[in-house]
Amino acid sequence: MENLIKVGMADLQTSGHPCVLTTLGLGSCVGIALYDSNKKIIGLAHIMLPSSLQARNNSNIAKFADTGIVKMLNDMLKLGARKENIVAKLAGGAQMFAFSDSSDMMRIGARNVISSKEKLQELNIPIITEDTGGNYGRTIELFSEDGRLLIKTIGHGIKYI
Amino acid sequence: MLLGMEVDMTINIEDLNNLHIDVLREIGNIGAGSAATALAKMLNKKVNMDVPKVKVMEFKEVSETLGGAEILVIGILLGVNGELNGNIMFILEYNAAQVLVNMLLGKPLDELNDFNELELSALKEIGNILAGSYLSAMSSLTNLNIMPSVPDIAIDMAGAILSVPAIEFGKIGDTVLYIETEFLDGNTRVVGDFFLIPDVESYEILLKALGVIS
Repeated sequence: MENLIKVGMADLQTSGHPCVLTTLGLGSCVGIALYDSNKKIIGLAHIMLPSSLQARNNSNIAKFADTGIVKMLNDMLKLGARKENIVAKLAGGAQMFAFSDSSDMMRIGARNVISSKEKLQELNIPIITEDTGGNYGRTIELFSEDGRLLIKTIGHGIKYI
Repeated sequence: MLLGMEVDMTINIEDLNNLHIDVLREIGNIGAGSAATALAKMLNKKVNMDVPKVKVMEFKEVSETLGGAEILVIGILLGVNGELNGNIMFILEYNAAQVLVNMLLGKPLDELNDFNELELSALKEIGNILAGSYLSAMSSLTNLNIMPSVPDIAIDMAGAILSVPAIEFGKIGDTVLYIETEFLDGNTRVVGDFFLIPDVESYEILLKALGVIS
């Protein structure tokens, strides 16, 4: 049986091999998966908001793309990962409701994705693949064995990226 | 003298005391009572409801509330505008929504198909009426002028749909305020969950209008 660890909303987890990190029902939140293929060290964050700088209460660093990614990277380095080996995969950032009249609430998914990409770029972590946007939820599982990311949806298929 | 001292009037959900929770439960009670009456009229039968549960939850608990993050649910979201701004969300389990629509359209209750266009708009209308009567009860209680916007609907995993209100709460704190109301129709249980999501300023306006804070 694989070692399965759940990552909650506004939460992040890191682990060495063997392990599967999973987060359930990503909507407008973004799942950021980091992987060091040499050391088989993985990290998964379930962020809710793009930036800690715009928030009044930013004590929960796993809630924001900017602070969450930095924390996850540091945790992985502590486990022995090497920064130059780490790659990223992104999933989520959907727009669950079509709404036309309400402003930034409805664009939050896209903004979460943009902010995650900016932070990863700033840290020189390449994004090798992503499954973002759309109007549907995703459950994801990240495998330490080879860094594959399983994406499950309702009505939009199941795939690995 | 406290002259010139800065006072932070901002309320954190974490800091709500029992009185605040009681008041919010009462709002939930009156709002949901009014929604149940509207539902009863719509279905032309008696609809009972339980006393709403008011909970302050951490984000990680949110998706477990409806029986798991991956369970299929219907979310109906309306904007709230006027003296109070924010959103109101009504969530129904998929099967409960089917039962509700079947009741409304006079179909056998156990006929469980995917929703067609007509049934989807019937669902939106249910959301519209429930949220509308919820809000008008709140409006007369608080004397605040509140209007709902046109509803929007999503059918997907509970976690993904609940992320929408959770993110709004995320902007102000690390917990979600959640008002659960259960509607009962004879032997058929229709469980619906209301999330009332005032924006930061409206939270205080709401409690002030009710005289809970000065």
